[in-house]
Amino acid sequence: MTDIAAPPQGARRFGLSSAEAQARLRRRHAAEARFRAYGIGAIALAAIFLVVLIGDVIVKAMPAFTEYRLTMTVTPTLEQVSSDGTTDPQALRSGDYDAVLRRGLQELFPQVTTRALRRKLNNDLLSSGAAMTLRNRVLADPSAIGQPVTIEALLDDAADLYLKGLMTGRRESVGQGQAQVTLDGEDVVLTSSAPDFARALAEVKESLREEAAADRREAARLTAAAADVAGDQREALQKRIADLEGDAAAAEARAAAADAPERLTADLPSKLVFINGGIVKLTEIGASEARGTVLVPLANTDAVTAGGWDILTLTQPEANRRLDDQVVAWLEDLKQRGMVASHFASRFFTSGDSREPEQAGILGALIGSALTMLVTLVLCLPIGVGAAVYLEEFAPKNRLTDLIEVNINNLAAVPSIVFGLLGLAMFLNFFGLPRSAPLVGGLVLALLVLPTIIIASRAALKSVPPSIREAALGIGASHQQAVFHHVLPLAMPGIMTGTIIGMAHALGETAPLLLIGMVAFIVDVPGSITDAATALPVQIYLWSDLPEPLFQAKTAAAILVLLAFLFIMNGLAILLRRRFERRW
Amino acid sequence: MTTMPNIELAKATVAEVADEAATKVVAREVNVYYADKHALHDVSIDIPEKAVTAFIGPSGCGKSTFLRCINRMNDTISICRVSGRIEIDGSDIYDRNLDPVQLRAKVGMVFQKPNPFPKSIYENVAYGPRIHGLTSSKADLDEVVTMSLKRAGLYEEVKDRLASPGTGLSGGQQQRLCIARAIAVNPEVILMDEPCSALDPIATAKIEELIDELRENYTIVIVTHSMQQAARVSQRTAFFHLGKLVEEGPTEQIFTAPQDKRTQDYITGRFG
Repeated sequence: MTDIAAPPQGARRFGLSSAEAQARLRRRHAAEARFRAYGIGAIALAAIFLVVLIGDVIVKAMPAFTEYRLTMTVTPTLEQVSSDGTTDPQALRSGDYDAVLRRGLQELFPQVTTRALRRKLNNDLLSSGAAMTLRNRVLADPSAIGQPVTIEALLDDAADLYLKGLMTGRRESVGQGQAQVTLDGEDVVLTSSAPDFARALAEVKESLREEAAADRREAARLTAAAADVAGDQREALQKRIADLEGDAAAAEARAAAADAPERLTADLPSKLVFINGGIVKLTEIGASEARGTVLVPLANTDAVTAGGWDILTLTQPEANRRLDDQVVAWLEDLKQRGMVASHFASRFFTSGDSREPEQAGILGALIGSALTMLVTLVLCLPIGVGAAVYLEEFAPKNRLTDLIEVNINNLAAVPSIVFGLLGLAMFLNFFGLPRSAPLVGGLVLALLVLPTIIIASRAALKSVPPSIREAALGIGASHQQAVFHHVLPLAMPGIMTGTIIGMAHALGETAPLLLIGMVAFIVDVPGSITDAATALPVQIYLWSDLPEPLFQAKTAAAILVLLAFLFIMNGLAILLRRRFERRW
Repeated sequence: MTTMPNIELAKATVAEVADEAATKVVAREVNVYYADKHALHDVSIDIPEKAVTAFIGPSGCGKSTFLRCINRMNDTISICRVSGRIEIDGSDIYDRNLDPVQLRAKVGMVFQKPNPFPKSIYENVAYGPRIHGLTSSKADLDEVVTMSLKRAGLYEEVKDRLASPGTGLSGGQQQRLCIARAIAVNPEVILMDEPCSALDPIATAKIEELIDELRENYTIVIVTHSMQQAARVSQRTAFFHLGKLVEEGPTEQIFTAPQDKRTQDYITGRFG
């Protein structure tokens, strides 16, 4: 004992104040600081990615949460809305509400008389959902028939996108000089005392230059590509290159002639002039005057002082967008009249899927997912926990249990699509369960989640301190009593965590659901677990595939809904966990 | 080797004591194996009723292993095998027809580390009577809980917070709670596996006092690392070394006139 106190002869002395020791200390501190910095860096990087990702999704989703509606007053007549002239709900259900809306629009724009323009007015402005709104209104209150009814009619998705600024860039410039309006047959000739039109002309020339530059770039790209091919293909490419070069040269020539008037064709940005309460689309611009067609009639042809008129430039050429200048002019007119306004798109949360992007909602997928999760939870929690308790606490340790254990671990790593195939073969083809149903989806996802829950539950059971088990056994509790009274409650938080992870995994799972038909286009909101339904991730997948920009926004919005669902689910689970959690 | 005569001697001593007090637990040639490891060699001992018997010895000597044979706690370890014969009140506890769960209700146990259930103080004590159906009504159960806590000397300290968690008590209080929990099912034998090793001296003193009181009603077997504790609380002491019972006898005799050289070396602090 006492020998230890005195250092043996010749032992090395460790000085803690020597220069060497100081250097060692500095190195250690530096290493620790470095490690801390790595850790903070990693977390910061992850946080940045998360913020960028979520931020991007939120920004993209914003257009899906608002919708533009046209507040219009229509008068539904009995012969229009009833198929047999009575107010019987069945008859009212099959009435021609589009006709009512058509008349309403006609009243808004009485000057639209030609067939082609009327068709445009009827088809391009309102969504087909508007007629549905009116029908519901009439069905709810048949006494409104024959009376003026004010409804908020949903706009068509293209019109909606235009108003949200997603269809084209807009540039407004206020007229600087006094404008003169002269009628010339169908056309209107505009002049300004300031170089307003010269500036507009310069903008057009600039667009031409950009167009020429784009053509040249494309030609250069094709030239490079042409070097790799031969024969007919090469000839076709060379012809295309020659065309592009020709176009570019022509555009450059037009751009170079600074004062030469330009015709505004559909492949150049549109210019609309707001003057005297009407809208004129410019077709030809000279340095001092411009010529255009009337889209919305002018109240008069009086001269307008500086600041009293505007030029609106739509940067996306008319040929490249779904909404032509005429409809844009109507929308701008309605906006000026204060009849279109943005509203919160509650429709997104209260309706099912639709072919029309402005009418598509998430509720069907949300309910489908909720029902699927319910089936999954009800199946896999008792089975998973039961299996884990048996394997961990009661099963004899032999080769068979080892085999089962290995297989459970392997199952956790099986690609989810394999479970989908299994579901297709077993539940649909063999048991004949309904296709696309949350019941089958839940069954398949339960198979997918079971291994996760079993593994997590076993780990949780294993981590309960043996002292608790011994305490129970020590006062004469049977093994089973010890497990169910003491071990399992203590393992519950861990089991919950495993279940949350498993369920979250299942909630985001798409592949197996595709195989059992939950990918179908289903408009109705499912009412039970055997109704055809789709699920949130599948809905996201479906929408992301569609070309309409509004569906792209809805895709992002659906992702947000899925995330919110996930957060709520996890929040609930954490609350439950708290209730079960006990310290020992 | 030289151990055999000592065991003979020990048996003789037991026979002497047996005249004074009835023997509660009789063990004959108990061997314990952990897989291939022979942990306990031919242990034979008689444990007297309503007295404290202390098992002492260096770490790993098999004293805890033997203790856990008395209530068949070793059954829970799958690789553990026990041979030999242990009787309580003349009946073999390793009998095929005997349910070890029934046995453990009769032979309570207190562990090294206080291990109250993560439940309320009341629930901790009430759990045993409840699963064994010892009480018929809530009032009855209340009485058993109160009695047990009183006997464990804990009642005065916790009577106002029976609903608060047992794990919130101090270490010494937790251990007394575990003792209350053990006596709530009215056992005949209480096994204590180093009950004070995780406690401070004051808590230890309280537990030792309690053990002395409990001796009136229960047969107590205590495993301890502290020879002072063995000397203070026990009437008989058994010394284990390397899986063998080296010497056993009245505590006074073991500490003042040990028969075996190894006992003497251990008691005087030469090893261990």
